[in-house]
Amino acid sequence: MLLLIVFLPIIASAALLLGAPARATALGASAITLVLSVLAFFDYDHAQAGFAYVRSFPISTDLRLNFAVGADGLSLTMILLSSVVLLAAVWFTGKVDRYENAFYACLLLIAAGAIGAFASLDLLFFYAFHELALIPTFLLIGIWGSGNRRAAAWKVTIYLALGSFVLLIGLIMLYRALPAATRTFDLRAIQAAASAGQIAPAMQSPIYLWLLAGFGTLISLVPFHTWAPEAYASAPAPAAMLHAGVLKKFGLYGLLRIALPMLPDAVRQWSNLLLVLLLANIIYIGLATTAQRRLDWMLGYSSVMHMGYIFLGIVSVNVLGATGAALLMFAHGISIALLFGITGELRKRVPTLELDALGGLARTMPIASFAFGLGAFAAIGLPGFANFAAEIMVFFGAFRNGFDFQHFHFFQWATLLALWGVVISAVYLLRAYRRIFWGTSAEPAAVPDISFGLRLPVTLLVASSLFFGFFPQTLIERVAPTFRTHLSK
Amino acid sequence: MSVLPWYALLLPLFASAIIVLLTQRARNASAYISVAAVLISFICSCIIFSRPNISAAQLTWIDVPNFLRVPIAFTLDPLSKTMLLIVTGVGTLIHVYSLGYMRDDAGKSRYFAALSFFIFSMLGIVLANNFIMMFIFWELVGVSSYLLIGHWFERDAAADAAKKAFITNRIGDFGFMLGILMVWSATGSVIFNDIAPHIARITANPTFLTICVLLIFCGAVGKSAQFPLHVWLPDAMEGPTPVSALIHAATMVAAGVYMLVRVSFLVQASPEALRVIAWIGTITAVMAALIATQQDDIKRILAYSTLSQLGYMIMAVGLASDEAAMFHLFTHAFFKALLFLGAGSVIIALHHEQNIWKMGGQGKNMFLTFVTFACGTLAIIGCPPFAGFFSKDAILALAWERDRLIFVLALFTALLTAWYMVRLLVVVFLGKGRTQTARASQESSNIILLPLVILALLALIGGLNFFARHFLVLPHENRAGALVPVLALGAMIAGAAAAIVLYRGRNEDPISIAVLRNKFYFDEIYAALISLTQGSLARLAAFIDRWLIDFVVVRGSSKATWGVGTLVRLVQVGNLQAYAFIFGLGIIWIIYFAIFR
Repeated sequence: MLLLIVFLPIIASAALLLGAPARATALGASAITLVLSVLAFFDYDHAQAGFAYVRSFPISTDLRLNFAVGADGLSLTMILLSSVVLLAAVWFTGKVDRYENAFYACLLLIAAGAIGAFASLDLLFFYAFHELALIPTFLLIGIWGSGNRRAAAWKVTIYLALGSFVLLIGLIMLYRALPAATRTFDLRAIQAAASAGQIAPAMQSPIYLWLLAGFGTLISLVPFHTWAPEAYASAPAPAAMLHAGVLKKFGLYGLLRIALPMLPDAVRQWSNLLLVLLLANIIYIGLATTAQRRLDWMLGYSSVMHMGYIFLGIVSVNVLGATGAALLMFAHGISIALLFGITGELRKRVPTLELDALGGLARTMPIASFAFGLGAFAAIGLPGFANFAAEIMVFFGAFRNGFDFQHFHFFQWATLLALWGVVISAVYLLRAYRRIFWGTSAEPAAVPDISFGLRLPVTLLVASSLFFGFFPQTLIERVAPTFRTHLSK
Repeated sequence: MSVLPWYALLLPLFASAIIVLLTQRARNASAYISVAAVLISFICSCIIFSRPNISAAQLTWIDVPNFLRVPIAFTLDPLSKTMLLIVTGVGTLIHVYSLGYMRDDAGKSRYFAALSFFIFSMLGIVLANNFIMMFIFWELVGVSSYLLIGHWFERDAAADAAKKAFITNRIGDFGFMLGILMVWSATGSVIFNDIAPHIARITANPTFLTICVLLIFCGAVGKSAQFPLHVWLPDAMEGPTPVSALIHAATMVAAGVYMLVRVSFLVQASPEALRVIAWIGTITAVMAALIATQQDDIKRILAYSTLSQLGYMIMAVGLASDEAAMFHLFTHAFFKALLFLGAGSVIIALHHEQNIWKMGGQGKNMFLTFVTFACGTLAIIGCPPFAGFFSKDAILALAWERDRLIFVLALFTALLTAWYMVRLLVVVFLGKGRTQTARASQESSNIILLPLVILALLALIGGLNFFARHFLVLPHENRAGALVPVLALGAMIAGAAAAIVLYRGRNEDPISIAVLRNKFYFDEIYAALISLTQGSLARLAAFIDRWLIDFVVVRGSSKATWGVGTLVRLVQVGNLQAYAFIFGLGIIWIIYFAIFR
């Protein structure tokens, strides 16, 4: 089943390039992928823990290289996210003015790369699948983007390629840190070696720092973040949905999958560094977000900002924080996809996305307004949405690190500032909502609402966020075992 | 085990969901679904109230062993049962009233969906057995308040007010959540009943305890609109009047007081924090009463009086008497809802005119509204035997015992209350109509008058021992004897008499005090502060990010080392696909390098 989930989007995109009917094929393939992902997620036996659905195909016995897929609760969560956002992004794709088949193929390829990376049990393929997803990202922005699209395409590509390169160095160092006789890229084997203490403590630090810089660039960790707002502002809406919603989570997934279980001491050792950087994401970028005057830029910045909370969960190095980070990855992916989706619809209808030039759109666009409101409140962390449950877990996971009655230490201050970030989010998102949808109308002519059909992807996104917001335990019991064996209680 | 509490909680949520998903177009159906849900919820609450040993099933929301366990479970003690009755009872009356008030509103479905959602959220706060669950519903009442204040979203004032209310509350909740985190870190639990046995771990560190309590109090400062976060409540009057009555007078704004009483095992353990709480309440009470004397908008006057009365309740909490605080919450819910609904009745009769100087003589034209409004006024100014007399007297007696300075200020507030409420009554209901509309006004329909009459009755008997003791633990007899009630009555009569003398037969306000008319300039000061700090920091951050880091550092260094310039020139030649191909080749090269090195 997992193999099918991984390869269905790739097969579909190949079929598209060969001339299959564009929208029908893409919708069909992503719908089937979603159904399979949902089945895989709920079918996973969390009492058993560990990787399920494992399939392995040897490639080179000398290098101990296999093409192996398998998934535990963490991977299944991410695969579920990918397929939900994929279906929504495909659905949100309206009329494509040129190369329609190629557009859909690119969307499917981004998702395929992400899903493949999440399902890979071998670091090499984990890496390669992500690279696979970068190419369609580049094309989507460069060909179908808006504004200064070519510069943006190059900028994001150079950044991400550089980040990937740094990441690759880190992965190779990890590979070489293993005893020569047992060197392998197999995740399970590296994990076993790490648990057995075979990765020398002295080696952990440099490996972690390379990985952090590499993954950090892909996640838009300050100061490696400047590609993100511009890329998302220029990208066509479905591409922004998929990249901000799904592909960006690759780096976070990597940290949760590799850095946290295999190099926990290094993560702890460098926690102050990461705390400073993630606070820069939350406070500094948060402030920069409030100063944005254009909706697409603002959302781009906000997606950079919200990465800080996920980092906070990771750097807590405990089960609560890490599980919260995983849930937040899911939740953020859904909410930012919804916001970008509606923004794309707005872009088609109004001449500018300048906040000051808009107003009163809720009158003629009640559905779009409702959907954007739901996305905004999800992103603000309103209870009921998965974002809230996740943020609670992240804050609680972080706050207890090194807690004592006498003083606040770095973790407590960081949690305090991160909590203030929640206020900042409310400020800019509600201000944008008020400017765009409420108040007196700035448009002389009535702006038509989003089409009836688009209610479906909106419902899909909202429902998946609400489901995990109401029942976070379904996710926790699947994801927590991934961390429980490796992290302190 | 009983399912009734679940029914009481969830029915309004279902009503709200049904309206949003199914009956958007059928506006009357939406309204009746909403009213039916809250009515059944009220009946459930009555049954719950009548059963002493009721319990309900619970759910697990989050459970990470050794770390955090958050159940969705109910506290069913006399305190929460009484609150259930207040919320669903007043809620039902105001739903019924809304049938009349919002009869022709285009957004009627949206209105009733949000109103039902509010009832659900408020019941959640009342029933919560742990901090996180309370916080969840705490935020949800915040969003329903946001939606209802912004009901007429095309109006800029309403849109701004909604945003302001939500964000101001968020600032309070920032402290609240921090306090919850500290309590949890110290005791390992967020469940009230599990924290209480471990309270010694916190009380062993008095400074820690004080900080915890004050942070939790921040939540109440936001929700109950206490100084210095009071600024959102007067603006919230942009919402429809029934909303002002239900959310911004009777129930939601009292949630802060309820929360403090709910966690009184923590709050009462810290004398330092209590002193701060008492003074915040006192400052709010005096300040809001002063401002109310110089407002001209009928709803704003009532809003400031709400602030002032909430100040009394917080003062009572700070003076270590949960009983007095809850007593005043109980009576206030009736008479303040009554006053707002009465004001609403006048407002629609005058076609949405809210300036009291454009009213006048409504007593003749709208006799029943006048009589009920007068009952509300007598209750709020503390005229015996109306409800407010007893609950306010309990707080004054408390202040007399504990802190004479607070007592003097509280007494002064009572005088001001009589002054501004009688001013309102005289200007609006007596004399002659000042405008054509005011002279031609007609009594409202029966569906609006029915809730007024019921609430007037409650405002009359709500404070009497034979009635109130079924619902509340009443405060002790005051030990100061007759002195406090006599002083209170004296203040009331002085204030009322002065207002009658000064305002009878006037067509404009003879007094004008700029600082009070401008509400002590809080809005202006805050706006300047925000623009000075957050605003300029934000602009600075955006500038640094856009220009310094990106342009100078990133592009500068990348040009030097990577020759991006060449790449960019290549792009301008066109043919993006070719470069994608080259890019792909590069990846293959990297993989090759990785495997075979």
